[in-house]
Amino acid sequence: MTAALELSGVQKRFGATEIVRGVDLRVEQGERHALIGPNGAGKSVLFHLISARYPITAGRIALNGETITGRKPHEINRRGLSRSFQVTNLFHRLTVFENLRCAVLWSLGYRYCFWRRVEKLADANDRAREIVERIGLAARADVPAGILSYAEQRALEIGITIAGGASVILLDEPTAGMSRTETEAAVALIRRVTEGRTLLIVEHDMSVVFGLADRISVLVYGRIVATGTPGEIRANEKVREAYLGAEAAHA
Amino acid sequence: MSPGVRRGIVVWGGYAAVLAVAPLVFHRGFALSLLCQMGIVIIFSLSYNMLLGQTGLLSFGHAVYYGMGALITIHALNLVQHGWKFPVTLMPLVGGAAGLAFGVVFGYVTTRRAGTTFAMISLGIGEMMAACSLMFPGFFGGEAGISGNRSAGGPFLGITYGPQIQVYYLVAAWLLLSTAAMYALSRTPLGRMANAVRDNPERAQFVGYDPQHVRFMMVALSGFFAGIAGGLAALNYEIVTAESLSASTSGMVLLATYLGGIGFFAGPIAGAIVVTLMQTALGSVTNAWPFYFGAMFLATVLFVPGGLASIALLHKRLWDARLLRRAMAVYAALAIPAALALGCGVLLVEMAYNASDESRAAFRVMGHVVDTTATASWIAATSSFLAAIAACAFTWRAVSPRWAGIGAALAGDRDP
Repeated sequence: MTAALELSGVQKRFGATEIVRGVDLRVEQGERHALIGPNGAGKSVLFHLISARYPITAGRIALNGETITGRKPHEINRRGLSRSFQVTNLFHRLTVFENLRCAVLWSLGYRYCFWRRVEKLADANDRAREIVERIGLAARADVPAGILSYAEQRALEIGITIAGGASVILLDEPTAGMSRTETEAAVALIRRVTEGRTLLIVEHDMSVVFGLADRISVLVYGRIVATGTPGEIRANEKVREAYLGAEAAHA
Repeated sequence: MSPGVRRGIVVWGGYAAVLAVAPLVFHRGFALSLLCQMGIVIIFSLSYNMLLGQTGLLSFGHAVYYGMGALITIHALNLVQHGWKFPVTLMPLVGGAAGLAFGVVFGYVTTRRAGTTFAMISLGIGEMMAACSLMFPGFFGGEAGISGNRSAGGPFLGITYGPQIQVYYLVAAWLLLSTAAMYALSRTPLGRMANAVRDNPERAQFVGYDPQHVRFMMVALSGFFAGIAGGLAALNYEIVTAESLSASTSGMVLLATYLGGIGFFAGPIAGAIVVTLMQTALGSVTNAWPFYFGAMFLATVLFVPGGLASIALLHKRLWDARLLRRAMAVYAALAIPAALALGCGVLLVEMAYNASDESRAAFRVMGHVVDTTATASWIAATSSFLAAIAACAFTWRAVSPRWAGIGAALAGDRDP
């Protein structure tokens, strides 16, 4: 079976500094894959490379077997990959409902249509309403996204990411800055909305990672040092040394 | 009938009714041509707000589409004069097509980036086209302009477009159509994605849209409507000069749109009306009108960034919350010192303007002669202006807690 996402020999240099130093990563169809690693390991940069926010210096990235290297972000999104951002990235003057409706328009085939009224697009409105319900913001649907609380914005961020029905979802630290209860709610939400899809997630909260992921990859200084099930990763000497050990030493 | 539909009928019916009745009230020649001019500027400003308000694109060269629409229309009108069969009623479509064509060409070049880059490129293109108009006077008309005859098509059902009133109804019909079309456009997938691209172009990419393409389409379509306005201007004035695609016309539409309020669909309508009135009415009273115009724009940017529309919205909310009476009390307290300050300010500006012209060094204000050569009149005017400003500040300090109270009550009313 072709991998949902496959990275081979991916490198990224900023000037002379090599941030991502040859990453090989295979994310299987339908699995929940977590990417962990110490600060500055290049996790977010790797996300930006996959989603083409930054161009890669060398290597190849394939989505569902098709090479997407060199494609633009919107082209990659149209091929079924959607991502969230570590720093909330919304349409802040549009309402929650409008945010979600904008996020479903392309996937429903409306493209740059300027002869049909959005109010009359039953499928787009139904889908947006369904997602508003699913992310628990029904009561806030008519509020501009810019004045939502932080946790609500994070939920909307996930909502926009999954709205288009992409088969591969990338979430960049979805629970960053959340309280314990908010984190639990967010994890339950992620579990719910990524059902039947492929998930690649960057996360610092180890309880989230080990609770959610089917497999984990550990990125240290721009290289993947280990990939395996949560059990294997816990037992891996190299990981302990390079990452969990360092983390323990900090604590 | 749903409340939304009923509200739509009231608003659009009211709009159409005002357009139909306006010339019956303002029927004298001067007022009628003012109404025509207003209608044209409204279409132009609404088209500009498709860029500034809806897509977040600050353009300094929107007159290019308006001017090219006007130019092509006047040339088409001259073709009709020479026997081309094309109804003059549909002539604004020729202007629209020209605006669209130039929108497609320049939109393709300018929309790679928003923000400063777009603003600078639009300024460059505006300057380029303005230079062309002086370099190729045969086509562009140069300073003297190109004239046409709007009655060239001959009578159709008794309509010749000779009398101004017939031109007015032509403008009104195109205004109604264009307003409806632009409003509808703002509520289509493209219109919504334009808002999304304005708010966050990066995120728009990650929901499948190419921000450059969204901007490109909005520039092209807004060029179309600007071209319609230009076409109407060509029919209305029967002459197109280099000024119609100059930077000053681009500046005028920016000011009108911003003054009206870029965050609201109807904002530019209000702005266009006020600016046209100021240009024409104030222009006939004082040579200093551009100064007042600038001062008003400055005050809008500094104190009411939402424009006239936001002032109207605030007062509707005050009315709904039954707070309008309290707000009026604050206004009443401020009215006299504010009026004094304004009056003294105007007096100073007029004195300065007239002092530069020896023949008008002394002029009459409300029966009194003001002599700008006398130091005493300068001292009197300046000191009364400063005193009025001080009175304003003093009064504001006294009433500002009440104003804050109204604001708090309004906020409390909104968030239950």
